[in-house]
Amino acid sequence: MTEGQTPEAGASVVQEQPSAAGKPSPPEERSFVQQLSTSVNWRTGLLIPFLAVVTALIIGAILIMLTGSSFGQTVEAYAALLQGSVGSVKAISETLTAATPLILAGLSVAIAFRAGLFNIGGEGQILIGGMFAVYAGFSITGLPIYVHLPIALLAGIIGGAIWGFIPGLLKAKTGAHEVIVTIMLNYIALRLVDFFLKTELFQREGRNDPVSKTVEASAQLTQLLGWMNPALRVHLGLIVALIAAGFIHWLLFRTTTGFEFRAVGANPNAARYAGMSITKVYILVMMIAGGLAGLAGSGQILGVLDRATPGFSANLGFDGIAVALLGRSNPWGVVAAAVLFGGLRAGGQQMQVSADVGIDLIAVIQALIIMFVAAPALITALYRLKTPAVSTQISKGWAS
Amino acid sequence: MELQLRGITKRFPGVLANDDVSLTARSGTVLALIGENGAGKSTLMNVLSGLYRADGGEILIDGVHQTFRDPGDAIKAGIGMVHQHFMLVPVFSVYENVILGVEPTKAGGVLNRREARREVKEISERYGLAVDPDAKIEDLPVGIQQRVEIIKVLLRGAKILVFDEPTAVLTPQEVEEFFGIVAELKARGATIIFITHKLKEALAVADDITVLRGGRVVGHADPKTATPEDLASMMVGREIDLTVDKEPGTPGRTVLELTDVTMVDDYGRPLLNKVSLSVAAGEIVGIAGIQGNGQTELVEAITGLLPIASGRVEFDGNDISGASVRSRHMRGIAHVPEDRNDMGMVSSFTVKDNLMLDSYYTAPFSKGGRLQRDHIVEAALGLVEAYDVRPPLIENTGGALSGGNAQKMIVAREFSRDVPLVICAQPTRGIDVGSIEYIHEQIVRKRNEGKAILIVSTELDEIFALSDRILVMYDGKIVAERLAGDTTPTEIGLFMAGKGS
Repeated sequence: MTEGQTPEAGASVVQEQPSAAGKPSPPEERSFVQQLSTSVNWRTGLLIPFLAVVTALIIGAILIMLTGSSFGQTVEAYAALLQGSVGSVKAISETLTAATPLILAGLSVAIAFRAGLFNIGGEGQILIGGMFAVYAGFSITGLPIYVHLPIALLAGIIGGAIWGFIPGLLKAKTGAHEVIVTIMLNYIALRLVDFFLKTELFQREGRNDPVSKTVEASAQLTQLLGWMNPALRVHLGLIVALIAAGFIHWLLFRTTTGFEFRAVGANPNAARYAGMSITKVYILVMMIAGGLAGLAGSGQILGVLDRATPGFSANLGFDGIAVALLGRSNPWGVVAAAVLFGGLRAGGQQMQVSADVGIDLIAVIQALIIMFVAAPALITALYRLKTPAVSTQISKGWAS
Repeated sequence: MELQLRGITKRFPGVLANDDVSLTARSGTVLALIGENGAGKSTLMNVLSGLYRADGGEILIDGVHQTFRDPGDAIKAGIGMVHQHFMLVPVFSVYENVILGVEPTKAGGVLNRREARREVKEISERYGLAVDPDAKIEDLPVGIQQRVEIIKVLLRGAKILVFDEPTAVLTPQEVEEFFGIVAELKARGATIIFITHKLKEALAVADDITVLRGGRVVGHADPKTATPEDLASMMVGREIDLTVDKEPGTPGRTVLELTDVTMVDDYGRPLLNKVSLSVAAGEIVGIAGIQGNGQTELVEAITGLLPIASGRVEFDGNDISGASVRSRHMRGIAHVPEDRNDMGMVSSFTVKDNLMLDSYYTAPFSKGGRLQRDHIVEAALGLVEAYDVRPPLIENTGGALSGGNAQKMIVAREFSRDVPLVICAQPTRGIDVGSIEYIHEQIVRKRNEGKAILIVSTELDEIFALSDRILVMYDGKIVAERLAGDTTPTEIGLFMAGKGS
């Protein structure tokens, strides 16, 4: 019980604490986003996500068995999952390759969450950022890699930031809900990509289908383990993503800008009282979120695909939401969650091949994990944990 | 029904919340249970209402031992709780709220609206609780909402009514009306337990007073003979002086001057109507008034949180009418806001972050946009010590502090700034006696240092205890101005009600 946690206060804390059973405290009216924008403890940050993953895997196993597989086959499927995610250098390389864009897309959602905004626009920002990166990648020639590659990455960040700036500006100046605006911008971005890939500006010479010119070698993210085996796809983008995570952590917790983001996210009234500009925070945080998603798109283009094709974002923007949720909007939590999801994705391929269990199951497991993380009360009840001191209700959607 | 608690003991890990608490509430009387925040009042009531199970002791109703496994058992035994924070559905009507959970139905589970309305109407008439069963909760003033809560417990057959800080959210007139309701309930034989830390109210309405401190019963008092000082001393365990010690102020130069400040709402109706006032260095100006007469807007006009439609706000001789919140803060306005939890702090932030909530961007807390943690920690440790914030743990969240300590934290933040003007809106609302005494001392100290102080309070006692000069707000206007020595609470009270000449 909460009462016990600050014995220093003697009995003087007892009354003011909202208790799980008692109702003397006002009903918690924090929105979902607000919950995510507040600090976490080991319990919400580690224990609940861990149990969520375990529970989702158990349910996944039950589902496999329901399709007629024996227990032995189910074990085999999970063994393949493990083998395919961490069982070899190749597997680890695949896991990290899949994790790289997830880290950046997750950070994009996470930093917006921290400021109380729900960035559903990752898809669009990835696409626009990727298009900027691919253009910088193929249109500029004759530069050394240490000049060309940073330019291409920067172009991607700028593209994403522009696509994030629009909903940020509309939210700050007109109050237009960022969820609606970012969803619409996703559609616009998707069709803009289709359109531009058919224009002379982007389309590869001599092709009729929508595919862009190929990125110059000097703008490609180097394969980290290419010297061992050219099939090991993990690339420099992973390092970029980790640096981005470190930077976002620093920004959020060590700078006045981050302090403003967190204050606006946790209590906009108090932020206004303290003289912070909510307008500035909304615009800036959406530009940063967009820039991160743009970087995710650039990483895919410059590190994996080498060219743009329709819908190359491949749902990464939405997976970023799941990663941010699981990582509790903490940058290092996001990295951990992205690696987990990357592992599930890489292992899922193996599972499909060697155990004949469809990769769709991975999507089911991912969804279950997020469901359990979003509803910690479920996990608490399932494992009969002591009632947490934190509020477990998920209320009012994503109103902010 | 007579309620007896015998030796109730309730432990939480590390805390003995109730220690051998015994008390009796006689049938047809009002028992006031007083104590500071954290004295164990709410724990005791949660035991009584079946939310907690006591580790020891027993509950007797009319001499019969009771076992409450859950709140349902307590309700069946005739105990009804009226919480400080109402549990009503704002978009439902009065009768819908009242019958929620005990809906009368016709065959097939169809809601019997007529029957429901009749029951609600009958109870409200029987106890003189004038409430329209069809009114929507969100359209009703707080005082009426409270009556709906009372009707709710009465409908469920409560004979023992427990009110948790019932007057905290009420206006002075609503408090009067509430006391009338209590008298009516009492006359009809109900047993009433009234939890409060407002001593005057306990003395006004109770037949018996029981004082809790540190989880124990430290004494009983007879309201006919006890004084507020007696009760306060029992509550805190030391002598308490409820009067604020202060010399008359020596007003100096004018620091804040408002000229014909007008503010309108979205529909163009005036919230502030040509308000003019001034506050000089070295004086405390108190704004009296019933909640909702423009005080909130006045403070927000001065601090820049709301724009004004016309008029001038001058600070230190400069026109700041259009200046931003940040700019006014930097010029030297400190502001203890009215709503502690919603504006004064970020509950999920640590105490140290809350202590620099509005100065995080200034040196030495920030250098080139980077937060300087060592300086922040050092300053925070100094502040919790200097302003007696307990527990003095700067890494705990602000939300974990009791109301009084959270307020001390906010006062620490604002008062530690060496600035010419301090605005305190409802500086002691809903906090314990010890903290009130402390915050009042700090306000006077600040004035004695030569600062200009503007106090806004709905508590007339507080206005009189602190102010050198008193202004009364009514309907968005300043309707009276008096030197504190030249007026009486009665006169100011009349102005507050809009009846002064």
